[in-house]
Amino acid sequence: MIRVQEEDFDLGAELKAMSAGKTSIGGLCSFVGLVRDMAGDAEIGAMTLEHYPGMTEKALEEIETEAHARWPLDATLIIHRYGRLEPGDQIVLVAAASAHREAAFEACHYLIDFLKTRAPFWKLEDTADGAKWVDARASDDAATARWAVKSGEE
Amino acid sequence: MKLLYFAWVRERVGGASEDIPRPDGVATVGDLVAWLAARGDGYAEAFEESSMVRAAVNQEHVDLSHPVADGDEVAFFPPVTGG
Repeated sequence: MIRVQEEDFDLGAELKAMSAGKTSIGGLCSFVGLVRDMAGDAEIGAMTLEHYPGMTEKALEEIETEAHARWPLDATLIIHRYGRLEPGDQIVLVAAASAHREAAFEACHYLIDFLKTRAPFWKLEDTADGAKWVDARASDDAATARWAVKSGEE
Repeated sequence: MKLLYFAWVRERVGGASEDIPRPDGVATVGDLVAWLAARGDGYAEAFEESSMVRAAVNQEHVDLSHPVADGDEVAFFPPVTGG
């Protein structure tokens, strides 16, 4: 399931709802991304997340479908927020549930890596020097590319 | 075709969307980038460093060689920074 929303989410309630009634699940792995108060040496007051309505949902659904094709998953969940966020706020939740922990851990990692390079979101940070668009990181591309190497080896 | 702009591409262009007929001679995303840059002002500024601009056609990531057709939704934006 995917959700793109302005409002915050309750991690415990989301994970509980995700596994409710699915007693085949033996492990559930989740990752929560938070707003940091620093970017490099610059202090961040807050940030605004812009996205591409329509394409965002499509991209997240594709990432989720791909994860289900690669691992035996009982459930997955992606929640991504947009709008104005303060340091400490939750931005994103990805979670994967499977009969065994390996698939849950790997799929969770896969979901966040692909989300970072495929989902159309852009961060505008408030700094002492004014609002600045966050630059994409080469390390994020490398993190995504790693999965292609892995599947080639299998 | 419907053109959409996001983040600093939107700011430089000075608008979030516009509808235009497909210009003569524009067959690919790369052609469209060149045509938009030639409009000058904010467009030139947005597309001057075209290696920094990413594109999507009908909400799928594409590269500059991807074809564009009448009625397509074409979006331009910086590399994504979600998560």
